[in-house]
Amino acid sequence: MSALAALMRDANRVTSHQPWPRVVVKRQAWSAAIDDLSQRRLTLLSLWGEAAAVQMALLDEPTGEIAVLGLDCPDGRFPSVGARHSPAQRLERTIADLFGIVAEGAGDVRPWLDHGRWAMRQPLGARVASPESPMPYAFLSAEGEGLHQIPVGPVHAGIIEPGHFRFTANGETVVRLEARLGYVHKGIDHLMAGAELETAAKLAGRTSGDSTVAYALAFARAVEAALAVEPPPRAHLLRALMAELERLANHLGDIGAVCNDAAFALMHAHCGMLREQVLRTADACFGHRLMRDRVVPGGVAADLDPSGQAAVGALVELLRGRFPALPRLYDNTASLLDRTVTTGILRPDLVRQFGAGGYVGRGSGRAFDARRLPGHAPYDRLDFTVPVQQEGDVHARLRIRMDEVEQSLRLVSQCLARLAPGPLRAELPRQPGEGMALVEGFRGDILAWIRLGPDGRVARCHLRDPSWFQWPLLEAAIEGNIVADFPLCNKSFNCSYSGHDL
Amino acid sequence: MRDRLLLELLRAPLTEPAPAPDEAALAELAAKVDGAARRRLGRSLAIREVDAGSCNGCELEIHALNNVYYDLERFGIRFVASPRHADVLLVTGPVTSNMREALERTYRATPSPKWVVAVGDCAVDGGLFAGSYAVVGGVSAVLPVDLHIRGCPPSPTTLLKGLLALLHVA
Ligand code: SF4
Repeated sequence: MSALAALMRDANRVTSHQPWPRVVVKRQAWSAAIDDLSQRRLTLLSLWGEAAAVQMALLDEPTGEIAVLGLDCPDGRFPSVGARHSPAQRLERTIADLFGIVAEGAGDVRPWLDHGRWAMRQPLGARVASPESPMPYAFLSAEGEGLHQIPVGPVHAGIIEPGHFRFTANGETVVRLEARLGYVHKGIDHLMAGAELETAAKLAGRTSGDSTVAYALAFARAVEAALAVEPPPRAHLLRALMAELERLANHLGDIGAVCNDAAFALMHAHCGMLREQVLRTADACFGHRLMRDRVVPGGVAADLDPSGQAAVGALVELLRGRFPALPRLYDNTASLLDRTVTTGILRPDLVRQFGAGGYVGRGSGRAFDARRLPGHAPYDRLDFTVPVQQEGDVHARLRIRMDEVEQSLRLVSQCLARLAPGPLRAELPRQPGEGMALVEGFRGDILAWIRLGPDGRVARCHLRDPSWFQWPLLEAAIEGNIVADFPLCNKSFNCSYSGHDL
Repeated sequence: MRDRLLLELLRAPLTEPAPAPDEAALAELAAKVDGAARRRLGRSLAIREVDAGSCNGCELEIHALNNVYYDLERFGIRFVASPRHADVLLVTGPVTSNMREALERTYRATPSPKWVVAVGDCAVDGGLFAGSYAVVGGVSAVLPVDLHIRGCPPSPTTLLKGLLALLHVA
């Protein structure tokens, strides 16, 4: 019997939860799940709160099984997962911030998203008054002779999102990095609760601007699972086409930006040009450069007409012609490789422990890709490979992106070739239900979980950005590197602030 | 690499002709910015971008202003790393409660005369995030705003038209 099946053996299954089972467990099974996580028998997909319960999504990687374990906590407490499985720590601190539910035995109980500045504390729980002045934050200490601290942010020097980084350095070498996030917390969980599906879908698409298609897709698939609705085939293909265009645009932007941080501006200029071509094509075809609000529950809100198909075809040709020279240029530029190779090495065991996805995981040997496992339409019928590198350095994360550009081009071509006339959207009934989805965005797997109320509105929606399991690893990867290499390492991770802060 | 550079020298530039400044932006600016400040800002602008709570979509399009098609620097407009070097604060996002103080401090660190440009629908009134316990509202809830550039996100062309309007009245 698989580890997951054993956990669910005597538990009550919630019949409305789709497509994977959700069971309500007792404390004993919850603790057994923590054992499995800490022994690496299971991977944590997410952990989130409700008014008087916590939910934990788990993946059994060898068998591909997925399940959600729910634990009622009427007294507002649950056995800490983070105490024995550190990837859960920040998720637990968030549960305490939003709901006031306490993880018993947790080592780190500092507030995470709540800086003491919101209109109230525990906004989805008891809604208690905020403190008079913002709460001080105790950064972890690092002691030793000659160590000094460098605080950076929340406002950074470039055009990037805000967050605070606290470096402890010994001369030039980083001894410890600790990030403090939550600056762009907008209260998405709260805004989702009670929202009509249309508004909620828009919110999902504004969780992380660079992944608007992927988020809209994850949200839509969770809703469709909850309502047992299947979008028409043409919608599936158009969704994948948009998702791959988004991946192309982001990877091109990242490849240029990482090289730019290594002072190689030529690559940045070329990638910027190609990225702009992708966005212009998206605009011409779907009426929005980022394709925002084009993926909706039930299907898609924009079609691709014959001239659009021709435009996408021309884009693929352009990229096939122009892009291959860039990896070659990269490979032949020793001064650039000198900066990226062996910089910011992330150990494979950490990646597996955290279940980190995207180029962060695949650059350190974890082949996970949500398009393959659990897999979703139409990718099960498309031909593509999932590139994996073992070295775990900036170079590996860059290489993954370069290889994925080629795969995305293959996928776009296949979507175009398979497009057949047909409807774009399925009707959605107004009814209650629970659903979950795992979708591969450009930076990794996005999890969306939804509960719809009897009125068809959103009762609770939880969105887990891939960055939750990548941010902590950046802190590990930078250790022992020089402070000046932080921008390069950081860019090679390109974690989301907004997606994480919610 | 040298081949590439040579090749690019021979190709026609990709940079596009400048769009005309946005009429509505000109009108909004004329009403708000007095002549003395305009003269002192001159014809070159240093911009400090501040994400005060954005989803990051607005940042993507602001970034695009630096690509070869829009090439913002040809207009004498450039992004600077410190607010102390800036004439303009380009602020995105609904202002979150957690970013409010950082935004105010950035504003105070910017020498006068200074302009504040609010970018994106969220920066106008909080957009879809208005009403949340964690959101203060649009940028004007915290700072005096001289110009709004709408869109979700505004396209680089829209951004360019707005920024050119700044130069136009200056
Ligand atoms: S205006 Fe749109 S793109 Fe800009 S921050 Fe708001 S939601 Fe994001």
